[in-house]
Amino acid sequence: MKTEINYLNCSKGLKSWLFTHDHKRIAILYLIGIAISFLLGGVFAMAIRLELLTPDQLIVSSKVYNQLFTLHGAIMVLLVIIPAIPGIIGNFILPLMVGAKDVAFPKLNLWSWYFYMAGVLLSLYHLSTGAVDTGWTFYTPYSISTNTSVITVVTGAFLVGMSSILTGINFLATIHMMRIKEMGWFKMPLLLWAFYATAVIQIIATPVLGITLLLLVMERVAHIGIFDPALGGDPVLFQHFFWFYSHPAVYIMVLPAMGVISEIIPTFCRKKIFGYKFIAYSSIAIALISFLVWGHHLYVSGQSAFASMAFGLLTFIVAVPSGIKVFNWIATMYKGAIDLRSPFLYVLAFLVLFTIGGLTGIINGTLSLDLHLHDTYFIVSHFHYTMMGGVLIAFIAGLHYWWPKMFGKMYSERLARITCGLLFLGFNITFISQFILGTRGMPRRYHNYLPEFQSLHIISSIGAFIVGLAFFMMLYYLIDSLFRGKKAPNNPWGGTTLEWQASSPPVTENFDQTPEMRELYKYKSKDEL
Amino acid sequence: MKDNTLDSFWLPEPISKIALHSDKLFYVELWGTCLILFAIVALLIYFICKYRITSKRRVACNQNDHNNKLEIAWTIIPTIVVLILFFWGAKDFLSLSIPPKNSMEIKVTAKKWMWTFEYPKANKQTVGELVVPINHPIKLIMSSQDVIHGFYLPNLRIKRDVLPNRYTVLWFQAEKIGEFQIFCAEYCGDAHSNMLATLKVLSTDDYNKWVKQSEENVINEIPLNELGRKLYKSKGCSACHSTGISKMSGPGWGGLFMSKKQLENGDDVVADENYLRESIVNPADKIVKGYPSIMPTYSGMLNDREIDAIIEYIKTLNEQK
Repeated sequence: MKTEINYLNCSKGLKSWLFTHDHKRIAILYLIGIAISFLLGGVFAMAIRLELLTPDQLIVSSKVYNQLFTLHGAIMVLLVIIPAIPGIIGNFILPLMVGAKDVAFPKLNLWSWYFYMAGVLLSLYHLSTGAVDTGWTFYTPYSISTNTSVITVVTGAFLVGMSSILTGINFLATIHMMRIKEMGWFKMPLLLWAFYATAVIQIIATPVLGITLLLLVMERVAHIGIFDPALGGDPVLFQHFFWFYSHPAVYIMVLPAMGVISEIIPTFCRKKIFGYKFIAYSSIAIALISFLVWGHHLYVSGQSAFASMAFGLLTFIVAVPSGIKVFNWIATMYKGAIDLRSPFLYVLAFLVLFTIGGLTGIINGTLSLDLHLHDTYFIVSHFHYTMMGGVLIAFIAGLHYWWPKMFGKMYSERLARITCGLLFLGFNITFISQFILGTRGMPRRYHNYLPEFQSLHIISSIGAFIVGLAFFMMLYYLIDSLFRGKKAPNNPWGGTTLEWQASSPPVTENFDQTPEMRELYKYKSKDEL
Repeated sequence: MKDNTLDSFWLPEPISKIALHSDKLFYVELWGTCLILFAIVALLIYFICKYRITSKRRVACNQNDHNNKLEIAWTIIPTIVVLILFFWGAKDFLSLSIPPKNSMEIKVTAKKWMWTFEYPKANKQTVGELVVPINHPIKLIMSSQDVIHGFYLPNLRIKRDVLPNRYTVLWFQAEKIGEFQIFCAEYCGDAHSNMLATLKVLSTDDYNKWVKQSEENVINEIPLNELGRKLYKSKGCSACHSTGISKMSGPGWGGLFMSKKQLENGDDVVADENYLRESIVNPADKIVKGYPSIMPTYSGMLNDREIDAIIEYIKTLNEQK
């Protein structure tokens, strides 16, 4: 059998990868960097759950515990969830989806990976010089006074932010300039709308994070007196700066996830997406309103009651467009021809978990209830439902959807289904118990806790170990598919977007001839396998 | 003992009418969430069962891709619902935030990792224990001496950050006699999870008795090691020192008395009465190797009998081993 030339085997050697300008190879590089980070963040999560089996010290001291939850949070947010969908799925699929050979600025694209990896390596390096114990939020004045390597980690976060801005610029330019002629704005797949809205937030908000982190470094090094109360600074100002980025960053994570879901649902329901324009516009609405809600992280910080009320109102308004998307996705299933293969199973898991995440967000966002729930396990559970149950599960759904395109191999469908079920079960066991811990008053970031909370903590840890097992199974069957998987056809799911016209895996130039624009989400019977 | 008549599955027992009232909205939103979730899951299951792909039906039979009336409906209705929830929550928030005029003021000072309470009217000070009369509005004026802490009273459904550069205010009116948990809710470093305190609600008579009672009488009445055990908890020692040998921010007290310790400067020292006393009054002078110099001085905060009591208590921890 003759092997076809594709982007994976067209050239060999480490150099051909490290200096590549091919968006597909850069996506694979991101996949490797993010997988390593995820493994690390996951190991820390398991260590945390192990420690919390007993109310007193079990395996690590308070100091180490504080470092563990800081690293788990910082790695998962900054090195995994923010870059995962844009870095891997975006880089690989976006140029194919617009029918282009590559992104608008291929060299810049490689640079953004190097910035990302520099951030990863700095955070690995700092483990040897005294891991940070500030929490991933780096709140002042604690982050000014602690003697751990705050500056190294903050520099890492700065570089990752840089990488995120460059990716945003690249996607914006690619979507504007490189679509094939026939693809008007409202003929774009919804994933492109999502990446577009994301890019806008990345470009506007991320520089604020960069400035904030630089100010923090200057405060530690040069004592400029902006955040340190001993020098006349205001520690709460840091929280405003931090959340001015970090709340829109929630949508930098969620919007691409919503885009992925909007692609998978019509394909597996063999039906046009319901309310295309409403989904597209709601992405833009979320992007804009997301800049005006950061103050809901500061209800109990001493912020004025009036400011809290204004932020509270806007917080509830931003919930509506997310709700609209969920309704439209479910409406798409109505009278569809539903195909329950693994990418769609992950989408179903997403729909349930993300709904729980969104609705508990309303409970948190209610001014009076936040006084009780703020900084408890309730909020911990809420953001895990949106970030992990939402974004990460959507990423996994996307990975299963485009895996055949990326590697030209099919994974074991049976194992994928079992894993999806296990993940869903373990996740809910872990975090439903944490909701109850939170409403009963268990504060977050506690190394020791009152004995009355122990049984719920044990249940939560058992759930977490199930989740850990599920991820190892996923690792196994995905890697196994590369060696023993069946060869994937060009269009295994009968998708209508342009990337399915390329071969699996695509050649370096993506398409042998200019792809032909089909009516979006218009499925034909013969497309099916 | 505490009776937990109002202690529910979801929430700890509310001990004020305002807390009880604000729980109503919690239950409305909680059961609302469950209802919507249930409806969505039911719909998903129904669609999956009813519209599964078959060999005859390879594509959706209905390709209707929009319905503006439906879209407007599911935009407007959720908007109205969240607006109602917002105003309800904001109303409760204001009543939980604005202290009445006749409130009794208590000054709260947070530092790593202990809570100190000063009662200007009674001219008293307590550590780790906030003593208040029942059915009387209390206004806490809070500040921190180092990083940001968070004062959290789960039974009253309130919390507020405690800041180093300004005062923050929290108020409540406890309507049940008993002892209730106080947590630090804002992460503040190594012993964050040990930065606990107790809210002690007394009847008006008991409170007045407590105000009049001179500190010295209490101190002189109890035997030394009993007093030491009390002080261990109430003066914040427990945040950093275990009563066993396990290492927290400071050395454990179990087996400490007369043990040989190496200091940061390389000298050896035997932890006798004089060393222990010195470590309480001037902790920074002789730091045991491997520990940070973070303990505040207790000079002026403990009288001689209290220092004796703590040393006596440390001694008893040797015997238990």
